[in-house]
Amino acid sequence: MNSRNLLLFGAVAGLYVLTGIGESWNLSLSILNVALLATIAALGVNMQWGYAGLFSTGVMGFTALGALSVVLITAQPNVENWQAGGSGIVLALVLGAASVAAAVVAWGLMPKGRLRALVVAAILIGGFFLFRAIFDPAVSAVEAVNPQFAGNLGGLGLPSLVAWPVGGLLAAAAAWAIGKTALGLRSDYLAIATLGIAEIIVAVIKNEDWLARGVKNVTQLPRPWPVPLEIELQKEPGFLDFVASWGWDPIFTSTILVKLLYAGLFLIVLCIIIWAFERALNSPWGRMMRAIRDNEVSAAAMGKDVTRRHLQVFILGSAVIGFAGAMAASMEGTLTPGSYQPLRFTFLIWVMVIVGGSGNNWGTVLGGLLIGWLYFAVEFLGPNAMAAVTSSLPDGWLKAHLVNSAEHMRLLTLGVILLIVLRFSPRGLIPEK
Amino acid sequence: MDILNALVAFLNFVFIPGLAYGAQLALGALGVTLIYGILRFSNFAHGDTMAFGTMVTILLTWAFQSVGIGLGPLPTALLALPFGIAATAAFVLGTDRVVYRFYRRQKATPTMVVIVSLGVMFVMNGIVRLIIGVDDQNFADGARFLVNPQEFRTATGLAEPLAIKTTQAVTVVTAVVVVAFLFWFLQKTRTGKSMRAFSDNEDLALLSGINPDRVVAVTWILAAGIATIAGVLYGLDKTFKPFTYFQLLLPIFAAAIVGGLGSPLGAITGGFVIAFSEVMLTNAWKKIVNHLLPQDMQVDSLLQLLSTDYKFAVSFTILIIVLLFMPTGLFKGKSL
Repeated sequence: MNSRNLLLFGAVAGLYVLTGIGESWNLSLSILNVALLATIAALGVNMQWGYAGLFSTGVMGFTALGALSVVLITAQPNVENWQAGGSGIVLALVLGAASVAAAVVAWGLMPKGRLRALVVAAILIGGFFLFRAIFDPAVSAVEAVNPQFAGNLGGLGLPSLVAWPVGGLLAAAAAWAIGKTALGLRSDYLAIATLGIAEIIVAVIKNEDWLARGVKNVTQLPRPWPVPLEIELQKEPGFLDFVASWGWDPIFTSTILVKLLYAGLFLIVLCIIIWAFERALNSPWGRMMRAIRDNEVSAAAMGKDVTRRHLQVFILGSAVIGFAGAMAASMEGTLTPGSYQPLRFTFLIWVMVIVGGSGNNWGTVLGGLLIGWLYFAVEFLGPNAMAAVTSSLPDGWLKAHLVNSAEHMRLLTLGVILLIVLRFSPRGLIPEK
Repeated sequence: MDILNALVAFLNFVFIPGLAYGAQLALGALGVTLIYGILRFSNFAHGDTMAFGTMVTILLTWAFQSVGIGLGPLPTALLALPFGIAATAAFVLGTDRVVYRFYRRQKATPTMVVIVSLGVMFVMNGIVRLIIGVDDQNFADGARFLVNPQEFRTATGLAEPLAIKTTQAVTVVTAVVVVAFLFWFLQKTRTGKSMRAFSDNEDLALLSGINPDRVVAVTWILAAGIATIAGVLYGLDKTFKPFTYFQLLLPIFAAAIVGGLGSPLGAITGGFVIAFSEVMLTNAWKKIVNHLLPQDMQVDSLLQLLSTDYKFAVSFTILIIVLLFMPTGLFKGKSL
């Protein structure tokens, strides 16, 4: 941490303070919270790209898996839906997984040849039809029960803090499957495969109503442990006395307090992750990863298993992304699969890493908070700003078009920032040492 | 048992839509494979190049329509297409000059250039959305059907209608013309030969006096042309929506990889493999099967293997199978 970096961090902090003074502290803290979550995901991406040079475009998918795990762990179970067909769905999923496993085992055991291909194909096709035969009726039964308010199996009703590591595990499992196939081949195959898996994960969450109500959204997910609901806080006598003694407005103070608690919680997670990542980076393992990134052939010649290390770092990074996705869903209290857009959940994170300084965790944090502020501040302030800019124009088609397109300006701006940084300062704001 | 009706239903719901979609994907994959073969990176901005070209074409189509210029039964967009291609080629050459050339001279790693193409994708995507918005745009005009389903039924007396949309016929014919032109260009012309030489062995090509800037420029122009044509055909056949074009990236890359990246023949094959798999797996086979089964054995279920919401899963699965079992693709591309 030299003085230049401190200055950069100070400038970014200034942006948040200015937002707080100029607009409102609620807005500033909201932006800070989403930016902190995006920063944690960006640290995961930095591990994959900065440490190991892996280019994955599936951040959105792993985030969505994290969010899904929040629903599956913290939502209240819908007992009637479970009774209607829960066992059928579980059985079908187990059978589906078993047929894939059987196919893999058969592929390994049988000698190479046409017979093996036929047997494996037969196992998979038979498994698929068996799966559908059990799965379809069970799904219809589950979705038919109470579709306006539930129609899904619900979760386990456990606390949010349990759901976050589960989100990480779920993302890690998906990363294992995808990394196993796409790593060790050309580098851009991973990018294409992860782009695909992200789309598919979001499609599954959107369409499988029994799982998380699809586009009908699951709402009112519980808050994580220390964070109370604003309404309950406003009834708390101790809180009211405290607020009265300072002469503050109880409603305003409760919203600020809740946001501060979230910010504190996310900061703790962020600090733990940075600490662990810095330890990893400065350990023999970190040096090995950088050696592999800088020259795969020499690293392989030194006896390092490049593909295995890539798989390892890909899984670790994805787990962190899943963890961040779970925290985001807990904070929002809802799972809205329609809001998962690759721009917001994949490419924004990439811009954060590259602008901040790939390979440097502090750089990534700086980039995350800076780009996060730019992106989300525009989301909140953009339409107003555009309206102010165009206020002198006469009302009409052009003005309406410009005000509406403020949102798309973000895309363009992000792209231009990315290209400029890559061209003129490819090592980012805080370069790797 | 009614083989004729089953056949017509198969043509109507599987073969013709698959053929048109396959032609669109094949053209898209050809663009990707061309860039890959000569510029040696996977162009993530390709979907948005298609969207850009289509947008220009749509705007011109509207202009032509408003002054009453048209092509009779054919869609007016065909008339606007050359201008769309010119604008896209100019834009793409501009991005090469401003963005890609720097990394080419630096000999940056392919992954780096892929990330750069991501930045270009943002910019193009932003421009398209700024100009035309995010909504569906329908710009097909002219005659709707080449074979009208009602007339087909009255003419043949079959229970099943057969519909061939004008846009489907236009798609297939245009694709054949474009592919024929491209192969003639690559095989017979001097520039095409120098492009193939450059793709095979860059150093040797440079040694024998081939001008690399010229090869790169021609490649971009060809890719922009094919991308615009693919985009316009897809938009005519279905509808134009910027986000859909971004999502087309997955089936297009899958098609190019299935065929073998860098192999034009492979891209075409891959396009049809992906398109037909997608259509066959997401088609409800009930109608066709019931025509083939005797009266007392009719089935009630839709016989749909996969819901259309998961059509991307088809290209993805095929991609994974290819990556697992033959990473160089069907036609031994230069991958791996």
